[in-house]
Amino acid sequence: MRAKTLTLIAALVLLHLILLFAGFFAPYDPTTQSRELPYAPPTRLHFRDSAGLHFRPFVHNWKTSAESDISETYKEDLSQSYPISFFITGSGYKLLGIYESHLHLFGTTGPARIFLFGTDGYGRDEFSRVLFGGQISVAAGITATLIALFAGSVLGIIAGYYGGLVDESLMAVTELFLSLPWLYFLLGVRAFLPLHLSTLRTFFLLTGVIGLIGWARPARLVRGIVLSSRNRNYVLAARAFGASDLYILRRHILPATFSVLLTQASLLVPRYIAAEVTLSFFGLGVNEPVASWGNMLTTLQQYSVLTSYAWLLTPAAALVVTSVLYSALADVFHSQLESLTT
Amino acid sequence: MSYLVRRLVRAILLLLGVSALCFVFTEMAPGSFFDDMRLNPQISPDTIAGLRAQYGLDQPLAVRYGRWMKSALHADLGYSIAYNAPVAPLLLSRAKNTLLLSGTALLFTWLISIPLGVWTANRRGRLLDKAVTLLTSFLISVPELVIAIALLAVAVRSHQLRVGGMTSSDVEGFSTFQRAQDIALHLALPVFILVLCETAVIVRHVRASVLEVLNTPYVHAARRYGVSRSRLLFRHVLPVAASPAISLLGFSLAGLLSGSLMVEVVCGWPGMGPLILEATLSRDLYLVIGGIMLSALFMVGGNLVADVLLFTVDPRIRKAGTDAS
Repeated sequence: MRAKTLTLIAALVLLHLILLFAGFFAPYDPTTQSRELPYAPPTRLHFRDSAGLHFRPFVHNWKTSAESDISETYKEDLSQSYPISFFITGSGYKLLGIYESHLHLFGTTGPARIFLFGTDGYGRDEFSRVLFGGQISVAAGITATLIALFAGSVLGIIAGYYGGLVDESLMAVTELFLSLPWLYFLLGVRAFLPLHLSTLRTFFLLTGVIGLIGWARPARLVRGIVLSSRNRNYVLAARAFGASDLYILRRHILPATFSVLLTQASLLVPRYIAAEVTLSFFGLGVNEPVASWGNMLTTLQQYSVLTSYAWLLTPAAALVVTSVLYSALADVFHSQLESLTT
Repeated sequence: MSYLVRRLVRAILLLLGVSALCFVFTEMAPGSFFDDMRLNPQISPDTIAGLRAQYGLDQPLAVRYGRWMKSALHADLGYSIAYNAPVAPLLLSRAKNTLLLSGTALLFTWLISIPLGVWTANRRGRLLDKAVTLLTSFLISVPELVIAIALLAVAVRSHQLRVGGMTSSDVEGFSTFQRAQDIALHLALPVFILVLCETAVIVRHVRASVLEVLNTPYVHAARRYGVSRSRLLFRHVLPVAASPAISLLGFSLAGLLSGSLMVEVVCGWPGMGPLILEATLSRDLYLVIGGIMLSALFMVGGNLVADVLLFTVDPRIRKAGTDAS
């Protein structure tokens, strides 16, 4: 149990580190196009050639053999092989958005290209795009969660602590938000906001909208906890000793909400990542050429692309991995919470 | 009776709240449908002002809301600027398809979920229970969009199911039976996606509510008295476990409608989803508001049905008349 939890946390940390330092782990810039190599399949890693076994894997370039005008097939150009190099300098990027860097974990030199997940229709490296797109999608999920939890707990505390008419009207509004089909609601709100904006503004708009629609459930949970802890003996005692509202909130009530908020966070992050992905998939979110898992999946709406190029499903696979890890974390939190209360 | 009246009042208040919220959002919106026109030098500002007046967009918020409310009561939801047609008939023709899709999905979801949930709860800890729990927790954690795209890929590849649209292109010459068959073939994939996503959630809830009743002292007592397993389940457990399941039916509608919107867009089913998406992209205000209102209406209607069911099934609610949810 303990080892399992540690593995899970390690996997989550690793995932976020890779996404955070996408520039270092990705061999190419996510917007660099190789127009002559559209829909190239994933580059194969070779360890063995006529000279025997190599410790360092090498790759061959793809060459196109146009069998007809419409369909191009890719074959490996066996005449040249290129070893993979590690810690090489390549295209520039900004690490964490601040430090200028050219260092990449791996890559190839000379005319060789390495596409671990193949390329998309513009010949952009899918692997690099999955990493950079994940940066946007996961950051959107986390930001939206923070917004929802912050708004939810502030309003939940107000409702639970002051009670009366404030409580009743706030809870009526949460019911309104909870009972609407969220995707219709999300589309509706999005419809009233400008469509084409800079990526940064779109990002904050998107996370704001997703987060503000989601405040209702955390608000209800927090309210419930505040209500139940408001009349606990230790709170009554503190009040009898003359403690102020703020002191009681900070000292006795907020700590009680913490574990529930943590569980909620691990539930909401994957859900909001999926919300961002869905909106971007619809063309309402982050726009090209900036990558997000959602707008990378948009090309799959064409059936010919969907059936022919399986490697373009990698953003979906990345999304599944992220979601499964987060919901496993939610399960861990949940069982911890249950063992605490019983 | 007061319970049902109170639920009805609540439903109406909810619809009022949704419509008010929509109009508040339109007021906050910085852009409008006419933004593109404004960039066009050939269209004078006077023309745009005239158009705005024609669609009533120059009026203050309260006036617009009042007018919209008044006409909405006569089933007139305003005018679509992009389609140049009244919103209500546009929406209704699509809403039928959405209802067909989500209704079929709802039916199958519950037909599968109830037996499976009851069975796994009754056989708790056995292999089947463990397998179902594992599968549902995986399906819950995978985003619906991914499930939809993956199944679509499988369906397009297999060539067994019809994908895209609602009818085949050569539907004209078909008899009524063939037509129904054709629609059913097109319906199969979106329904399957929705059922898969929804069942995972609902089986768990049904299982949990049955388990809760199974662990009550009176069930333990009845078992000790030698009441047979099947009689215990059907006579003593299921009637009590039905109430939370019925409330769940109401709650699950919101998720179903959202899922249906996404599945419609992915599978090309001509329901409200693609229409609303298009309206969102072209900022067709009244069409978007109409779509949200209609989805809210479905929600509220479904919830009322659930309330009536709950009222007839659960004597506690009938007697006490108190709010159970």
